[in-house]
Amino acid sequence: MFKELATQFRMSVVFMVIFTVFCGLLYPGAITLLAQVVFPQQANGSLVTVNGKTVGSSLIGQPFDEPQYFWGRPSATSPFAYNAGNSSGSNLGPTNPAFLGSIKANVDAQRKANPDMAEKPVPMDLVTASGSGLDPHISPAGAEYQVARVSKARGLDPAKVRDLMAQNTQGRWLGFIGDPGVNVLKLNLALDALGGSK
Amino acid sequence: MTTNQWVQLLFFFGVLFALVKPLGLYMAGVYGDKPFWGEKWLGWLERLFYKLGGVNPKKEMDWKTYTLAMMLFSAVGGFLLYLQMRFQALLPLNPAGQSAVPPDLAFNTAISFITNTNWQFYGGETTMSYLTQMAGLAIHNFLSPVIGTATVVALIRGLVRKETKYLGNFWVDVVRGTVYLFLPMAVIFALVLVWQGCPQTFANTQNAALVEATSYDQPVTNSAGATVVGKDGKPQMTHTVVTEQPIALGPVASQEAIKMIGTNGGGFFNVNSAHPFENPTPLTDFLELLAILLIPAALCLTFGAMVGDLKQGWAVFAAMFLLLAPMVYLCGVCEQSGNPLLNKMTAATDGAALADGNMEGKEVRFGVVDSALWATITTATSNGSVNSMHDSFTPMGGFVPLWMIMLGEVVFGGVGSGLYGMLVFVILAVFIAGLMVGRTPEYLGKKIQAFEMKMASIVILIPPLLTLLCTAVAVATGGPGTNNPGAHGFSEILYGFASMSNNNGSAFAGLSADTLYNLMGGVAMWFGRFWLAIPTLAIAGSLARKKVVPAGAGTLPTHTPLFIVMLISTVIIVGALTFFPALALGPIVEHQKMVHP
Repeated sequence: MFKELATQFRMSVVFMVIFTVFCGLLYPGAITLLAQVVFPQQANGSLVTVNGKTVGSSLIGQPFDEPQYFWGRPSATSPFAYNAGNSSGSNLGPTNPAFLGSIKANVDAQRKANPDMAEKPVPMDLVTASGSGLDPHISPAGAEYQVARVSKARGLDPAKVRDLMAQNTQGRWLGFIGDPGVNVLKLNLALDALGGSK
Repeated sequence: MTTNQWVQLLFFFGVLFALVKPLGLYMAGVYGDKPFWGEKWLGWLERLFYKLGGVNPKKEMDWKTYTLAMMLFSAVGGFLLYLQMRFQALLPLNPAGQSAVPPDLAFNTAISFITNTNWQFYGGETTMSYLTQMAGLAIHNFLSPVIGTATVVALIRGLVRKETKYLGNFWVDVVRGTVYLFLPMAVIFALVLVWQGCPQTFANTQNAALVEATSYDQPVTNSAGATVVGKDGKPQMTHTVVTEQPIALGPVASQEAIKMIGTNGGGFFNVNSAHPFENPTPLTDFLELLAILLIPAALCLTFGAMVGDLKQGWAVFAAMFLLLAPMVYLCGVCEQSGNPLLNKMTAATDGAALADGNMEGKEVRFGVVDSALWATITTATSNGSVNSMHDSFTPMGGFVPLWMIMLGEVVFGGVGSGLYGMLVFVILAVFIAGLMVGRTPEYLGKKIQAFEMKMASIVILIPPLLTLLCTAVAVATGGPGTNNPGAHGFSEILYGFASMSNNNGSAFAGLSADTLYNLMGGVAMWFGRFWLAIPTLAIAGSLARKKVVPAGAGTLPTHTPLFIVMLISTVIIVGALTFFPALALGPIVEHQKMVHP
């Protein structure tokens, strides 16, 4: 029995080393090499550059609260919203008074910022924190809710804003898997690229 | 639920149904005794592993040696992983300069990864170096499912073989599983994930200039960590303006792929598959969901093929699916109907209600139904990754993942461990049926006797015992670290220890770590894995030695609808009887509070 114990122990150590080399180093190393050659843009974080300056990632949302920008979803990352070095959801439960209070505050803020939409219900995604705290999208309804405000602030025709909205919407896969989302950062950059009054 | 949501669910399960048989038969080839076509392509790699490891693939083991090898391999792996986390600051590939992981957290995490639990009391991007992630944690993402599969294959051999003590060679099963199954699948899947947007780089965190600067206020603290109060009696605050967004990167895709395929679930980032870098598009979400379920489901057919009767495999598959499907529906409906407290509150202001279901903790690109489907599947299997925050689900929506874990991870379950858990329930169901009709119970021609029943009882009783005991200790010592008050806080603790004891790994993530939780959780995960695997292998050893009894008129057929119902009832009754009181204190009370505030 002791001989068996020693044999199996030796094999365990040897195989740990073998698997570390194959699965822990060669596998991720080979994937990195392939990824950097075939899909360099995605492999490095889908970064977006404007005039040679990195302004974000097309997959990661950013905080906005000025009227001329579309706003993303509330974010629970700390110490500031949309901290992509420390992803986090709110983890607040459905009956927690702190949760109910935060939703109320978000609803009030949305109503105040979008007086043209006072009669309409506030889209749920605009007042609830996303799971990652980095959600790059809002629902098409959430974007539509803000069109009037953004058009006014920029002096643009709402139809033009809706055009850009449609161009920056990620649809469902095959037309029915997942939910459509408007990419807030890409939409705002497209608006800024138009220039003109802010 | 909407039509689109129904279509999504039906399409998903349609694709799954189409794939289980081909993959199941492929795996039967990997673990079978006959020559296998994959050897033509990858036989060189298999032989290289044997040569490097000094294995004679022809030499078989009895159940004790097989168990010994399995335990030693896991223990050695866990110990090395612990050391790696403790010394990560001194090791290469640490561009962000992560410091050593504290001992209690490293203990918890090491056991978490070797047991296929992947419970995480840490945030990946703020705790682990790239080397720890890929050459520490991710190796066990390969090894723990491979070991689980080896264990169930040994059990199947025990059922098939007669009058022998040999169950196969542990090292051969581990090597073949890696070479023919997990490594090729991971390579393909990782490249698909990169194509869709998962990063794969060794470069450090990138800083991006924010389009619109933001700011935050933080209370000033003195050297003792206490808040400094100003002259006006309010806490002093510092105002910080943020103009740059740090974007954490890393070798994400390679780890994400094996995390999903191997029912591991330990995320590269804190928020797991809700993070846009782990799960960037609806397509990746669909594929990751499929990857969670694929191997555990296909293993049912591997079992059928290896015992020479596919109907036996389909029967187990059917029982698992019927336990899963109603729960997917319940979770979807609860999340889609949303939170009445919110609707009421906003309606009170000016008569307008909020649109749509419960989106707190969910991502727009997945929406409600894909989040509910994920929550159910990730807990039915022992994956435990999340694409939405279970803590923020409605009470009954959150009840579903908790319940799936409490059933003991036998509804597809972990890779390998799910099927051996379910086969133990089959043994129990056969035994109960035998008692009802007064005959010696038998399964696939093997008599089920006292020894098998004793071992089966251990397998079935250990996880609930660990769950309830640890929850009781945590609550009795003050239940520190819950993020929510009242019944929901209790649910967080119950969920945490159910998840660890059953090796799931998902969380009501508001629960935060302390030394007691780290240590108790580590022990629960260890026993939850190995005190199930050892009795299972003991059953395998005992069954292998028996003669095969030819089926007679009094034999209970185990592939009929009658038996499937019998099996489902056994699983539900054991789960419900054990956990109903605890569930009543958590989600059920909270649901009442939400509906009748």
